[in-house]
Amino acid sequence: MDTVTLNTGDLKSQEYFLNMGPQHPATHGVLRLILTMDGEVVKNIEPDLGFIHRSIEKQCEYEGYKQIIHLTDRMDYLSAHINNEAVALAIEQALEIEVPERVKVIRTIMGELTRIASHLLWWGVMGMDVGALTTFMYAFRDREMINDIMEETCGARLTMSYSTPGGVMFDLHPNFVKRVKEFIPHLRSVIPKYDELLTGNVIFQKRMKGIGILSYEDAISHGASGPVARGSGVSCDRRKIAPYSALDKVDFKEIIYTEGDNLARYNVRMKEMLESLNIIEQLIDNIPDDGIQAKTKALIKLPKGEFLQRVETARGDLGVYIVSDGKKNPYRVKFRSPGFSNLNALIEMGKGHLIADVVAIMSTLDFVVPDIDR
Amino acid sequence: MILTNTTNYFAQLIDYLFEQMGLGGQILGYVIVAAIYLTFFAVAGLLLVYVERRVAAFFQLRLGPNRVGPWGLLQTIADALKLLAKEITGTERKDKLLYHAAYFLVIPAALIGLSVIPFSNGVQAYDLNIGVFFISAVSSVGVLGILFGGWGSNNKYSLIGGMRSGLQMISYELSAGLAILTIILMAGSLQMSEIINQQKDLWFIVKGHIPALIAFVIFVIAGTAESNRTPFDLPEGEAELGAGFHSEYSGMGFAYFFLAEFINMFIISAVAVTLFFGGWLAPFGITDSLPWQPLWGAVWFFVKVSGMIFLLMWFRWTFPRLRIDQLLTLEWKYLLPVGLLNIVLMAILVYYNIIL
Repeated sequence: MDTVTLNTGDLKSQEYFLNMGPQHPATHGVLRLILTMDGEVVKNIEPDLGFIHRSIEKQCEYEGYKQIIHLTDRMDYLSAHINNEAVALAIEQALEIEVPERVKVIRTIMGELTRIASHLLWWGVMGMDVGALTTFMYAFRDREMINDIMEETCGARLTMSYSTPGGVMFDLHPNFVKRVKEFIPHLRSVIPKYDELLTGNVIFQKRMKGIGILSYEDAISHGASGPVARGSGVSCDRRKIAPYSALDKVDFKEIIYTEGDNLARYNVRMKEMLESLNIIEQLIDNIPDDGIQAKTKALIKLPKGEFLQRVETARGDLGVYIVSDGKKNPYRVKFRSPGFSNLNALIEMGKGHLIADVVAIMSTLDFVVPDIDR
Repeated sequence: MILTNTTNYFAQLIDYLFEQMGLGGQILGYVIVAAIYLTFFAVAGLLLVYVERRVAAFFQLRLGPNRVGPWGLLQTIADALKLLAKEITGTERKDKLLYHAAYFLVIPAALIGLSVIPFSNGVQAYDLNIGVFFISAVSSVGVLGILFGGWGSNNKYSLIGGMRSGLQMISYELSAGLAILTIILMAGSLQMSEIINQQKDLWFIVKGHIPALIAFVIFVIAGTAESNRTPFDLPEGEAELGAGFHSEYSGMGFAYFFLAEFINMFIISAVAVTLFFGGWLAPFGITDSLPWQPLWGAVWFFVKVSGMIFLLMWFRWTFPRLRIDQLLTLEWKYLLPVGLLNIVLMAILVYYNIIL
């Protein structure tokens, strides 16, 4: 028999690799993080992407412009409508179509509803990631109301494909205004309850405050956008910088926190929900009545050239870049997805924190993996 | 013999069988008592899982299990059958001995702990004269099981979970022990039945006023941590570690851990009720004149324990999880010093007889 001699003098602690994902509850999808760990302390984070890469950009090159919109639903599925809107806006910009006022207002309302739905889902999952399981059900109850509104009008609850080049697919359902008006006071009344349940909790505060600090400079140099950058004090709301659709007609605040930690990002999203309600409230009472579709050809052909449209999704700055050679399908399409850059910032933020903190930081980044991989 | 009791029904049963059938009867008696406890263990475990799910549903605006059997009562039995029928999978490069030893440690630890708990007047397998101490000692054996499982699975997530569990249980055992000691100072006995007898006129949580109240809060916190429940469920913290130490267990291996966790919660509640709320004693003696005294004792015991269990479940479904460093800070920097001071306070109160 072999004898094993153990010289305890040689025993030393060493770093090890921990595979977080692709199947892991905290990554919210098929994202793999290779963590270099020292005990429970994360020394380095290396994201490994591509598990859900479906070549959406390449597929776009083989589709007509009207069809592209249906592919964008599947990128950031939580702000599907805003993705659709971005492509529709880019095409309209290229064709120099002026869409009816009604379409602009509908798109803005739908976009803000989508943003609220996305933030609600984020809030529920955020709670789960720090161990408070009840938040999930509360958030889903309220998100369900938005999904129902969407379903009534455009038949789909998640992947809406509601915008088309030059307009929207269907007119609003007669119940739409009533339903939205029911939803606004409802959400206003439940957000204080959310705060009671999670925000005000001392454990939650301790888990969030001062953790995962992203400095102003880092936020910019990593190209972070959306609530992640705004939590670090970067003013980057596309809705303010270059208002699209009906956003130039409404009055709203850009929520900016300067701490750059988890709590700042959390607060940005919580306040943004209320701000989105403000936007909807300003528009819902007088939706213009001038048709839902501008005149477009059955087969859309874009003029030769390059077109860029940036919008603010629930996750940040989505850029749609279309290169056209004048044919019925684009020569090249590039989506600048907010999740990809925000994930980049995680590498800075997570270093030196415990594994539980990395999970919490990831949660405040609120990325959707299909949006990162596309 | 450390068996010191006068009206222990289990002991009487064994004595009766010994008189009737000799040694064989005595062994039969032990087997019967063991069978009763095992049955209770399984039924209570399954029932607690059901209750947990219903309570969770109550907190989460859902209905919970309500399809299998009346009010969904058979749901957990169906789940147990499913787990029994499942294939036992796991990693190939596990440490077979430790991996399988793990749940054989966790289950007996919970079961033996159950044996000294007085369910009612005289309904107690062993009325040990060191009952409370015995429970603390046995419950720390359960940690070994979790450590074995974490190490033997050969999985980094399991290992982290197991290590966290070791840290957590060893730390919080101290606070739980100090809280228990505070009460023992007042009771002057470690024997469960004696502790309850001392509370005939006034429950200890009232009798010991301030220090007893502090001890109760400390005991509930430490007890939650010891039974691995949110906000202290770091060993299995699902958002971080998948399932922690039991990631690699399937079927009944997993079910054993699951059952043991619920029984541990029951034990923690039962000890809290015995130490602070008079165990099976009726409040203000309202049922003392009625017949069937042991039955009434059991009713009161389970009513009180249900209240405690509901409290623990309430914690679980409302609080977020602590981080490992915060967990240790809470224990070593707050609970332990407060617990020590509390003992001194209690000692002074007992010495000068300022307790109620």
